[in-house]
Amino acid sequence: MSANPESLAVNWVRRVGGMTLFFLQVCARLVPSFARPGLIVRQIYNAGARSLVIVMLSGLFVGMVLGLLGFDTLQRFGSEDSLGVLAALGMLKVLGPVLTALLFAGRAGTSLTSEIGLMKSTDQLTAMQMMAVDPLRHVIAPRFLGGILAMPLLAATFSVIGLFGAQLIGVQQMGVDVGAFWSQTQNAVDLRDVTEGIVKSVVFGVACSLIAVYEGYNCEPTPEGVGLATTRTVVSSSVMVLLLNYLLTAAFLTKS
Amino acid sequence: MKNSRSLEIGTGLFVLLGFAALAFLTTQLPGTSLKFGGDEGGYTVTARFDNIGDLKPGSPVTMAGVRVGRVDSIRFDPKDFKAAVVLRIEDQYHEIPEDSDASIQTAGLLGGKYIGIGPGGSETFLKQGGQIEFTQSAIVLESLVNKFFANMASKGSDEKKDDAPAAQEQK
Repeated sequence: MSANPESLAVNWVRRVGGMTLFFLQVCARLVPSFARPGLIVRQIYNAGARSLVIVMLSGLFVGMVLGLLGFDTLQRFGSEDSLGVLAALGMLKVLGPVLTALLFAGRAGTSLTSEIGLMKSTDQLTAMQMMAVDPLRHVIAPRFLGGILAMPLLAATFSVIGLFGAQLIGVQQMGVDVGAFWSQTQNAVDLRDVTEGIVKSVVFGVACSLIAVYEGYNCEPTPEGVGLATTRTVVSSSVMVLLLNYLLTAAFLTKS
Repeated sequence: MKNSRSLEIGTGLFVLLGFAALAFLTTQLPGTSLKFGGDEGGYTVTARFDNIGDLKPGSPVTMAGVRVGRVDSIRFDPKDFKAAVVLRIEDQYHEIPEDSDASIQTAGLLGGKYIGIGPGGSETFLKQGGQIEFTQSAIVLESLVNKFFANMASKGSDEKKDDAPAAQEQK
């Protein structure tokens, strides 16, 4: 725990390596973990269904803000009919996946880390290993998988709710024509844009879930260690999501 | 077992909602057919335009700036090389003179296109399946700009011709 920059760098590289190894280990157990689908369903419930309310509420408000600001800006150019295009592309490509991933890291990622960390500090994981039960297969893999499956669904819900939030403000309050709103949107959005959003949300789901389970599994088995690990989950996930978002956006731009 | 039941119901609801959202995004947004804001009811009339610009199904149809209906569908008629635009007009506006004219206009400088109907003087009114005879096509900004520059260029060359004798006289 010294502030020596050299050891910080070494620690950082070690974390990256550890996470990669951990990722491979979990991947190897993904298929066997399907033997207990009940465990995965429970994790989808924990990561997905219980994050649904916060995701929907946030989506609604983000969409409404998009409607207000988008209308205000587009109005200056006399093209407020394009509000739907702005809202749909913004939601699909950036706001939906990124904000959902950040909420997901805060809502589901932290609970994953602290749950696994607490299991570790109360020696439940060790006990499993004593009984020849593989904790990676029965604890980690279902949680990882549940997170990956839940993320795209959450992001899609976020985008749709946000789009209707933008419509609520734009059409109901600001008086944009509802036909122009949707017809311009349908004309401007193609399947590639939708695919971009889905790919992003899957990648973010993998990153957030991996970081969450890794931090939990490798935390110091003390109350303080669990707390630190939870903090690290939020920080690393957020930075990772924003970084990946840039890379994916650039990749999708050059492909066209 | 009650716990597992509510767990499964919650998960099921979440997954269904998520997939419904995905289905909406993949099928409705990139679609060309209008599902939202498309009005049912009313009556339809056809107008044929030489050029519709980027008019789209769902665009508003207005009279005196007030929306009276929407563009229902647009198709290309290979017989006379015109665009046949079907307008769906709300029932309450059933007294539109038969000889009214339809023109494609732009909302703002960059805004979407819409159809403006100017009333005619006829005593008979448009009916279901009727046709608007007098139409004015969309003004395409590019051709307008082209015309403008062509004008400028010809003016410029005219001025040069005028200048040439004057310069000679000065010598």
